[in-house]
Amino acid sequence: MATSTDNIEQLANQDYKYGFVTDVDAEAVPPGLNEGIIRIISAKKGEPEWLLEWRLKAFRFWQTMTAPQWHNVHFPPVDFQDIIYYSAPKQKPKLESLDDLDPEIKATFDKLGVPIEEQKVMAGVAVDAVFDSVSVATTFKDKLAELGIVFCSFSEAVRDHPELVRKYLGSVVPASDNFYAALNSAVFSDGSFAYIPKGVKCPMELSTYFRINAAQTGQFERTLLVADEGATVSYLEGCTAPMRDENQLHAAVVELVALDDATIKYSTVQNWYPGDKNGKGGIYNFVTKRGKASTNAKITWTQVETGSAITWKYPSCILQGDNSVGEFYSVAVTNNYQQADTGTKMLHLGKNTRSTIISKGISAGKGQNTYRGLVRIGKNAKGARNFSQCDSLLIGDKCGAHTFPYLEVRNTSSQVEHEASTSKIGEDQIFYCRQRGLSTEDAVNMIVNGFCKEVFRELPMEFAVEAQKLLGVSLEGSVG
Amino acid sequence: MLEVTNLHASVAGRGILRGIDLSVKAGEVHAIMGPNGSGKSTLAAVLAGREEYEVTAGSVTYDGRDLLEMEPEERAREGVFLAFQYPVEIPGVNNAYLLKAALNEVRKHRGEPELDAMDFMALVKERMQVLHIDQDLLKRPVNEGFSGGEKKRNEIFQMAVLEPQLAIMDETDSGLDIDALRTVSAGVNAMRSPERATLVVTHYQRLLNYIVPDVVHVLSNGRIVKSGGKDLALELEEKGYGWIEGVAEQVGA
Repeated sequence: MATSTDNIEQLANQDYKYGFVTDVDAEAVPPGLNEGIIRIISAKKGEPEWLLEWRLKAFRFWQTMTAPQWHNVHFPPVDFQDIIYYSAPKQKPKLESLDDLDPEIKATFDKLGVPIEEQKVMAGVAVDAVFDSVSVATTFKDKLAELGIVFCSFSEAVRDHPELVRKYLGSVVPASDNFYAALNSAVFSDGSFAYIPKGVKCPMELSTYFRINAAQTGQFERTLLVADEGATVSYLEGCTAPMRDENQLHAAVVELVALDDATIKYSTVQNWYPGDKNGKGGIYNFVTKRGKASTNAKITWTQVETGSAITWKYPSCILQGDNSVGEFYSVAVTNNYQQADTGTKMLHLGKNTRSTIISKGISAGKGQNTYRGLVRIGKNAKGARNFSQCDSLLIGDKCGAHTFPYLEVRNTSSQVEHEASTSKIGEDQIFYCRQRGLSTEDAVNMIVNGFCKEVFRELPMEFAVEAQKLLGVSLEGSVG
Repeated sequence: MLEVTNLHASVAGRGILRGIDLSVKAGEVHAIMGPNGSGKSTLAAVLAGREEYEVTAGSVTYDGRDLLEMEPEERAREGVFLAFQYPVEIPGVNNAYLLKAALNEVRKHRGEPELDAMDFMALVKERMQVLHIDQDLLKRPVNEGFSGGEKKRNEIFQMAVLEPQLAIMDETDSGLDIDALRTVSAGVNAMRSPERATLVVTHYQRLLNYIVPDVVHVLSNGRIVKSGGKDLALELEEKGYGWIEGVAEQVGA
């Protein structure tokens, strides 16, 4: 009799389906990092002097720093002189329309299911597609512009809206914030920029799709999102990469600025190549994400992290204004040899600020999953409240779940609650579902999706469905 | 419908079933009684296909097919239903979701169209009324935070929706108060039909006042040591399992 273990193992051997490589002519700088490289990057992008100076300052700062060691992930030291810091597909300097885009690149995004031709897109989603280090296409720009919304690549924003970029760049994540943020500040190549003017409710989802293609290349994108007073925006990012034996570095910075009464919802479905079954290859995903909320503003981070060999990220909220709200909803999956150290920081500065943290960690195979979170309530944050819930689900007996909650409360009128649980998908649960007619795969999917429900319902509808499917794929082969 | 021949099974190398012979025809209700440790629940588990139990000898045919060759989900889709002695909790998955997935697997298997949410709800609401089950149950996570009685009722409710051909009740009466016992029995009785068969595994005669069996088997030490009509259960109740162990020794000798 074939056992479920056999079936599951077959499924486990299924390949990461985004692992293909696109053959395009790329223009790259030599590996290594020095001031010369930074000048080249800046010059290629035709940047103003102030931005070059900003980069150089960050670089000099970075040189004085060492990579963090406090995280609960293990990997050999990264050789930062062996990385290519800029790679761009060769194309016409300025695209007049999508027809000018390299058909290979267009085909890549088609294959990934990312719509960059407007007539084919999902209704109500504008997409910015980033291929290696540069943004190659942004859809629905004109339609958004009618409302005064700016949605474009970071490079275009530097060119067309320098006053906005200069005002907000580094205002939430300073160049000196941490080792990887400093590195990103020095070498970032592109990314997305969005500005929603006062009182405007963005009528469609804004979305950026990141694709690493070139070998030996690091991807360092920078995203800056500004919601002016009373504005509302929902933003989604997705990411994939080819399968390669070497590890590739992805060190991004995302800054969110929510001015008075603004609302930003930022959702991530991260599916970078996780490495093979034996832990070879995969992306090192070392990302700094932070938002600053002014009076009555609200920032919601929702992340579904299924990819990367190593994930190191803590999307955070600085709740500066009174009554501001921060939320963090996370599902992080580690299978095979994947490691994740992820969580959030909620920094309560204003009065009556509120934060909610819901973290769901799923570990399978030999995966190690760490939740690390800080809730800091300052002495002026009277009446602040936090609720945290960290649940871990273990599949099999070779994986691990770890929780490091840090609480710092500096006044007496605040309320902080923390709940945590660890559970295991039992053979009993699976058998129960099978006895009702479900296959083992469907049973595991159902149990895992039930576990993640509170997070999935925070995702925009069409992406919630995607996330559920992705979770199923990531966990294939994990039971047996 | 079900032919069990000389069935031997062990768990973790320890022999539990030592030669079960059992023949159940469509339309019949058989009760399997016996003291703790006699192998009642093992028999139920082997029929449902639990992988921890190893069949070491014997055969089981179901509708002329080799049941032991089938995966648990295939057995379920072919109409074998086990009402669990200890129904499992699945946090975050609501009852309606599991049941709809299960029902549609069964329907797909039979070549019937899958039910959409509307038709499904219509069906379950009707079944809930018959069993006097609160609709609130549908939205709750599978068995999570249920009382013992609620869990058993939920098993019967699932059975009523899935309409199995062969229902195996594994000590469904244990831990039930008299009202719950009545509900559960009414559910089982409502399912009785010439096309279906039921195997009621129980420790106590009490349940058989409500679900009247056609045949009663007494299990001891992994073997059926006595079979008879419904009066056998009463005799057993009166004389106790010690009486049967005496019978078993004679059989063994």
